[in-house]
Amino acid sequence: MRLILNVWRQESPEHKGAFERYEANDLDPHMSVPEMLDHLNQGLIKKGVEPIAFESDCREGICGQCGIVINGEVQSPESHCTTCQTHLRSFRDGEELYLEPFRAGAFPVKKDLIVDRSAFDRIVAAGGYIGANTGQGNEANSILITHDRAEQAMDAAACIACGACVATCKNASASLFTAAKMHHLNSLPQGEPEAQQRALKMVEQMDAEGFGACSFTGACEVVCPQSISIQHIVEMNRYWRKAL
Amino acid sequence: MLEAKIPEGRLEEKWRNYKAKCRLINPSNRRKYKVIVVGTGLAGSSVAASLCELGFQVEVFTFHDSARRAHSVAAQGGVNAAKDYVNDGDSVWRMFYDTIKGGDFRAREANVYRLAECSASLIDQAVAQGVPFAREYSGYLSNRSFGGVQVSRTFYARGQTGQQLLLGAYQALMRQSTRKSMQLHTRHEVLDLIVHEGKARGVVVRNLDTGELSSHFGQAVVLATGGYGKIYYLSTLAMNCNASAIWRAHKRGAYMAAPSWTQFHPTSLPQLGSYQSKLTLMSESLRNDGRIWVPKTPGDQRAPGDIPDAERDYYLERRYPSFGNLAPRDISSRAAKERIDAGCGVGPMRNAVYLDFRDAIQRLGLDAIRQRYGNLFDMYRKITGSDAYKEPMMIAPAAHFSMGGLWVDYELMSNVEGLFVLGEANFSDHGANRLGANSLLQACVDGYFIAPHTVMHYLAGERIDGPQEEQLQEVGERLLQQCSADLKEMLDRKGNKTPEEFHKELGAVLYGKCGLSRNRKDLLEAKEELRKLKDEFDLNLLVSGASKNINFELEKAGRVRDYLEMAPLIIQDALQREESCGAHFREEHQSEEGEAQRNDEEFQYVSVWEYKGSNEFELHREHLDFEFVKVSERSYK
Ligand SMILES: Cc1cc2nc3c(=O)[nH]c(=O)nc-3n(C[C@H](O)[C@H](O)[C@H](O)COP(=O)(O)OP(=O)(O)OC[C@H]3O[C@@H](n4cnc5c(N)ncnc54)[C@H](O)[C@@H]3O)c2cc1C
Ligand code: FES
Repeated sequence: MRLILNVWRQESPEHKGAFERYEANDLDPHMSVPEMLDHLNQGLIKKGVEPIAFESDCREGICGQCGIVINGEVQSPESHCTTCQTHLRSFRDGEELYLEPFRAGAFPVKKDLIVDRSAFDRIVAAGGYIGANTGQGNEANSILITHDRAEQAMDAAACIACGACVATCKNASASLFTAAKMHHLNSLPQGEPEAQQRALKMVEQMDAEGFGACSFTGACEVVCPQSISIQHIVEMNRYWRKAL
Repeated sequence: MLEAKIPEGRLEEKWRNYKAKCRLINPSNRRKYKVIVVGTGLAGSSVAASLCELGFQVEVFTFHDSARRAHSVAAQGGVNAAKDYVNDGDSVWRMFYDTIKGGDFRAREANVYRLAECSASLIDQAVAQGVPFAREYSGYLSNRSFGGVQVSRTFYARGQTGQQLLLGAYQALMRQSTRKSMQLHTRHEVLDLIVHEGKARGVVVRNLDTGELSSHFGQAVVLATGGYGKIYYLSTLAMNCNASAIWRAHKRGAYMAAPSWTQFHPTSLPQLGSYQSKLTLMSESLRNDGRIWVPKTPGDQRAPGDIPDAERDYYLERRYPSFGNLAPRDISSRAAKERIDAGCGVGPMRNAVYLDFRDAIQRLGLDAIRQRYGNLFDMYRKITGSDAYKEPMMIAPAAHFSMGGLWVDYELMSNVEGLFVLGEANFSDHGANRLGANSLLQACVDGYFIAPHTVMHYLAGERIDGPQEEQLQEVGERLLQQCSADLKEMLDRKGNKTPEEFHKELGAVLYGKCGLSRNRKDLLEAKEELRKLKDEFDLNLLVSGASKNINFELEKAGRVRDYLEMAPLIIQDALQREESCGAHFREEHQSEEGEAQRNDEEFQYVSVWEYKGSNEFELHREHLDFEFVKVSERSYK
């Protein structure tokens, strides 16, 4: 299989970037996108060209490291997939692809396809936790949690912090990310005592990081590899209003 | 010389006795001590958060861009705890015994007992942190069973248990990260361990974004850097998992225990092509309802659905009737290899076996199966493009977990004083084979429940600023210069083979000759091949780019170099152990039915290796005393 790849090359945050064109031959349709880039890079290195910098680690859709934009779409052609779970079989032989980093003010480009997503960590540090010290905890079954409630919390907690929601949103909003964490914790009895504080602090940090307001388009939910629902954003707004 | 420091008393009293007697530090003095923690997986995040909560200064390093991406995030199946919620006869004792037996009687009794003893509290704590474990409709926590045991003691959060436990630990870490006493450095890789006057006192790190090197000092160093199964190239581990931190610590004097004990997981997806960079694990929990089989006739090309039951070989059920498809991992993997080698493998490369849900779907209905395993079936479809509700999955064994690692005593301290090693990076609780769902537990228990006490105990005996502090800075500076020269030297080599190519070759040698089964002849050959490969690496390495910015090739080159240095020790360890135990199967030592034969008379010890300079290692033995269990043949028939 053969593909024409236009890849965003940018030396550092300070440099200007541009697309470079490469031809990738001898591809296998079952390769994942990172495997394709590995293959391309091996060739570039041999030619003395600096390889394309991109990130990936688990390559099974759970670490959230690998997201990039392909042909202007954050969404993988295989729906609700990360970049590492996107295979070349979703593209046509000979097709021309454009690969570029996630674009968002709060996610500065570090190099080529790599962006800095540390803003997410700071949102969690602001309040995305339950303030129980380690080593403690009541007997686990002493507080019952209904099956549905636990499942709902898990739906929210499944977020992998890949940033696809931000990258696809026209306002570059981090609402889905923030809301998922907030709702996961606020909806559990263990997280309830801090619910209001959490809502205020996380939203405040989200704004401070320069993420935009929710666009109400639902685009985030469509691209989310974990299919996290925008319903959580509704809940976030409710918590936040209540806390004011 | 190898003092395991096991406390006195009956098994169930040991840990209590230890805690009752261990030294403490007054809360207001704790902030004067600094602990360096390397790694933010379950073990690293949990210990860093705990120490910071206690009031110590903590400096944390991870090469990941966020603590939450450590490879613990990928664990799917679950975490064990002896809660006996199911009322099926579980207890701390039974969990201890299962783990000792699962490890083929090659682990320390006292450590394993403590693991089982602390397991229940871990679940309590995880729930307090908001980990959304699966629940019954009644609201009670739900359990399932895993390989190698006959009770249901596994807690799970869908197929994302590792992620959820890690997020609990990560959130605890981030909660502390805004305090002055915590410094968290992401995208920083540890290149060397600073040992001064026989004690671990710091690390040399490289900022992976800027290339800048720096030294950092403390009164103790904790390594929680995970497993090194990626040395096999194709494995279930993440791309960047490595042995570098523990290997470099080994070269600074820390002993390495049982490095050849690597677990091959029986339910990975098979390799499909040479481009493949990793193998994806399918959770072992699938073996609860899936039946494993191959065609009886070698080379049978028919579609699975066309092969009638009478012509299928459900080889695990046949060989191990009482455990069947839930036989432990080493045994299941070896049984699969035996059938694949016999020509009965399936799939395009004939390197797989079937995991079939047909009968379970008939028995329980499609909905029940979807509810139990829906996300795993989805994942299978995403990767392979095929539908496991309709046709069986194809699975194969893959390198997965390192039972071996840096040797530690009961306090999780290595022979180098002040160097603590936690989680998968150490050798402690799993013996020669780890039971499923025990290692998330171990990483958490090490970090939340054990190290906070043992590290404090150690620090209480340390001076905060002795007269040697100036010398310490000098040692740090000297090591930093050495690391810098090493990096430059690799960049200057300008050969024509990339780190990736070396890594692939290394993996092929290890899979072929020191994998699921080993024999003397192959091991000797491997030793020679590895020597040549390392020589070639030293001459012909090609690393592109520079050292002053993001350069993944340079990072990879360092990791592959460490793997190439470590591989000969793995071979030596496998050669030296003339018995079969757990994951270490020496073909010379098997029964007529092909079962592993242990040799307790000569090998009831852990092999502990000391680094003696280029490719020379000296063996020390930690004899294993079994005071509380009777060492028996490990049968799952
Ligand atoms: C696919 C898969 C599924 C699994 N499923 C299960 C399961 O269901 N149940 C179970 O009990 N176990 C499971 N395991 C095993 C379990 O996940 C691991 O043993 C455990 O998570 C290891 O945790 P850790 O904290 O020791 O290491 P890790 O989580 O691997 O963390 C290592 C950390 O060290 C850092 N690091 C490493 N080297 C350096 C360096 N040189 N400098 C700086 N930082 C460094 C990394 O950045 C990372 O933060 C699974 C493993 C895999 C691979
Ligand atoms: S590499 Fe981990 S999600 Fe893609």
